[in-house]
Amino acid sequence: MTQAFEPGEAVRVAGINPPGHRRTPFYIRGKQGVIERFCGEFANPEELGYGFDGLPKKRLYRVRFRQIDLWPDYDGNIADTVDVDVYEHWLSRSIPTAGIGVMRR
Amino acid sequence: MSEQHDHTDQHDHDHGTHRHPPAQPDDTSPPGHYEVMIMAMRDLLIEQGILTADQIRRGLETLDSWQPSRGAEIVVRAWTDPAFKQRLLADGNEAVADFGIDTGGAKLTVLENTATLQNVVVCTLCSCYPRAVLGLPPDWYRSKNYRARVVKEPRKVLSEFGTELPDDMVVRVHDSLADLRYLVIPRRPAGTEHWSKDELAAIVTRDCMVGVANPRADLKPT
Repeated sequence: MTQAFEPGEAVRVAGINPPGHRRTPFYIRGKQGVIERFCGEFANPEELGYGFDGLPKKRLYRVRFRQIDLWPDYDGNIADTVDVDVYEHWLSRSIPTAGIGVMRR
Repeated sequence: MSEQHDHTDQHDHDHGTHRHPPAQPDDTSPPGHYEVMIMAMRDLLIEQGILTADQIRRGLETLDSWQPSRGAEIVVRAWTDPAFKQRLLADGNEAVADFGIDTGGAKLTVLENTATLQNVVVCTLCSCYPRAVLGLPPDWYRSKNYRARVVKEPRKVLSEFGTELPDDMVVRVHDSLADLRYLVIPRRPAGTEHWSKDELAAIVTRDCMVGVANPRADLKPT
């Protein structure tokens, strides 16, 4: 299933831990963020890593996460963020919930 | 000194009759797993006729020739040419082509610091770095310490670099993991209005373009 996300849209990163070469860091898995921008389509590094051609290409997004949603004890500015490059197949639409730190696991 | 002599001098391990320059000339300790893998890959590429030793040497020479001064030149142009800055922010690859820089397959994404925003770049998985504009990454950028901590406590890490940020400034960390490479345009400090381009470039250091430091007018070269 393909999805196209728009900037500003709330998304959640799959909370899964598959084996193999993955470019989605653990600290954002299962977390909610917001699409910052669409970056284009690129060969899938999870396939390239094993000598395959990485096709079809995957859509890549920059997803912005609030620090407080990633690290519940974060004590810096509430507006501090981490922007991470995430491939579309790791993302699903997320219904935003009001409040701070709502996506803690 | 012959290559053979050089070789036996530098290595006390035995891996057949292969000859190659040492990865780290002054390191006489036995090579680690990845060092052996690199040597094996290099030898195989040459044996299979895919690359010659000279091509590999020239590749390394080219990589080493890329210096942060390339990035500084780009930043100074952005500081002094608003139209260029807009192009740079819109499409980094297209804009740096003005300087004869080929960013390869990676997409150069340029981030602008402001009075209220500090951008910081990391690659938590490995050491993705905008080599085409900054050259090879410094050791600290590749360290687990920096990679693990800057996404979690960026203000503390920056303060360890001597960069104290006011509480009301927003810190935006960029984890460079895929096909994007990030270059930070730091803020031009006050008091530099009449500086020459060379003077400006001298304070736009590598660390400023990674976002862990900021240019300072008091560091003007004398």
